[in-house]
Amino acid sequence: MAETDFQTDDAPLATSKRSGAVDEATNALLEPNGDSLVARAVTINRPVAELYAYWRDFRNLASFMDNVVAVAPIDDRRSHWTVKAPGGRTVEWTAIVTEERENELIAWASEDGADVPNSGRIDFRDAGARGTVVTATVLYDPPGGTIGKLVAKMFQREPAIQARRDLRRFKQLMETGEIATSARTREQFEEEKA
Amino acid sequence: MRALAWHGRHDVRVDTVDDPEILNPRDAIIKVTSTAICGSDLHLYDGYIPTMQAGDILGHEFMGEVVEIGAKSTLKKGQRVVVPFTISCGSCYHCGKHQYSACDNGLPADNQDIAQELYGQPMSGLFGYSHMTGGYAGGQAEYVRVPFSDVGPIVIPDGVADDKVLFLSDILPTGWMAAENAEIEPGDTVAVWGCGPVGLFAVQSAFLMGAERVIAIDHFPRRLELAKRFGAETINFGETETYEALMQMTGGIGPDAVIDSVGLEAHGFFADNVVDQIKASLMLGTDRPHAIRQAILACRKGGRVSMPGVYGGFVDKFPLGAVMEKGLTLKTGQTHVQHYLPGLLNAIMEDKIDTEFLISHRMALEDAPKGYKMFHDDQDVVTKVVLKPDFAAA
Repeated sequence: MAETDFQTDDAPLATSKRSGAVDEATNALLEPNGDSLVARAVTINRPVAELYAYWRDFRNLASFMDNVVAVAPIDDRRSHWTVKAPGGRTVEWTAIVTEERENELIAWASEDGADVPNSGRIDFRDAGARGTVVTATVLYDPPGGTIGKLVAKMFQREPAIQARRDLRRFKQLMETGEIATSARTREQFEEEKA
Repeated sequence: MRALAWHGRHDVRVDTVDDPEILNPRDAIIKVTSTAICGSDLHLYDGYIPTMQAGDILGHEFMGEVVEIGAKSTLKKGQRVVVPFTISCGSCYHCGKHQYSACDNGLPADNQDIAQELYGQPMSGLFGYSHMTGGYAGGQAEYVRVPFSDVGPIVIPDGVADDKVLFLSDILPTGWMAAENAEIEPGDTVAVWGCGPVGLFAVQSAFLMGAERVIAIDHFPRRLELAKRFGAETINFGETETYEALMQMTGGIGPDAVIDSVGLEAHGFFADNVVDQIKASLMLGTDRPHAIRQAILACRKGGRVSMPGVYGGFVDKFPLGAVMEKGLTLKTGQTHVQHYLPGLLNAIMEDKIDTEFLISHRMALEDAPKGYKMFHDDQDVVTKVVLKPDFAAA
């Protein structure tokens, strides 16, 4: 993340109380899209190459991102996203990879016409014996402005909560080979996923 | 199957529910042969634990026979296993360090939010103990789905009775870890608050680790008698000034190590509004820490404080000054059950640790509601209730 002249500490931008933090995060992207900022980090006890490869195959993302119905690759850089929204709706967009460095960084931005304009980057950093630190930074425009965000929060699909839960599921899948569930029966299991 | 389900305060029932199924590759299904009611189940029974839902199946001390396995389970059908109460993945950083109760992955992702708010980081999952600890169905049932069955359950050799090994699931390793956290040195005097199952196993463990004297503190005469059986000296706090007695019994020095196996009193494990309290920074006390206060004051200078007793929220008037000024070391935590299982199974097989003495009642799973009521009403006589799904109802 870009350092700036007036930042007086080393903390991640998304944890800043300063109003300029979104602009600074925006500056760290080639094609910023959106004005709400979410960032989360998780340490995963697996090698960086394995995590990068799994993530870079965008079809895999629906396996741990709860709201993502499907990600369909169009070509090597573009993919079509279908994502659950409140009220049983779905929203869609096409995302383009704006920057990528193997085992280090994947950045993307939604193309014009997205239902929810968004952009972001996933950073992978080797953490030695502890595995890999994966940091997700996402900029987005909440659907329907403030009211849309409130509705989203009610449905617990608010992106900050969702990003945290999605990263936990990614960690579970990579570390344990499965995603933890407390369901007892298959019926409960399917209900949970719905 | 039949299972003991929570329906509200002092309302538990044996219901007929759907059998559990294999859902993840590392799962196994266990047919329960023995399952115990834990003192901490009484907190659920009394309705003090938030995030319970009607119909939740209770029980975190259980063992049984493997009847079904997922593709990645290392268990075999027909094996008899004891299942740890902690649900831990075995693959994360913490499990790698054998800090199993700190497992990153035992809780479903959505259930991690509450613990993250309350404690800063989520802990491992637990069987049958509210949705904050994962919402997993418990072992007071005919069958249980056991996640991560390749790292949790320990296989029991043929011919060893259930009653001898059942307590490997929770209270024996918890008592053992309590004594280990007390960092006992040969010749030490160790004081143990609370002669429930954990305290009684801590007494036995402390002697095995070289303690010269163990002083056990409680107010139930029968429980003090049990402690005495293992060589402990006793203090009945109903009749005796505990601090004064400890000082005289240790020549004014105080015990070298103290173990609080009481924890919060049933009243006020944390209130429903505790998350709001954090956010409002009110920091009002929710747990009532009499035992730990007394233990800290009695402990000798430079001594060790071990705290296996469960606390969930905040405490008021915690004597932090005494901890600092006397240079005490405080160690605590939920039990890393998986870490202790092989060693403790050996200790049982070699008759170094007695387990069966604890069981005061054996009854059918069908009679579980009666078992809860008895345990709740008379903790002097009822030291441990073990439920047997294959017993006929009384």
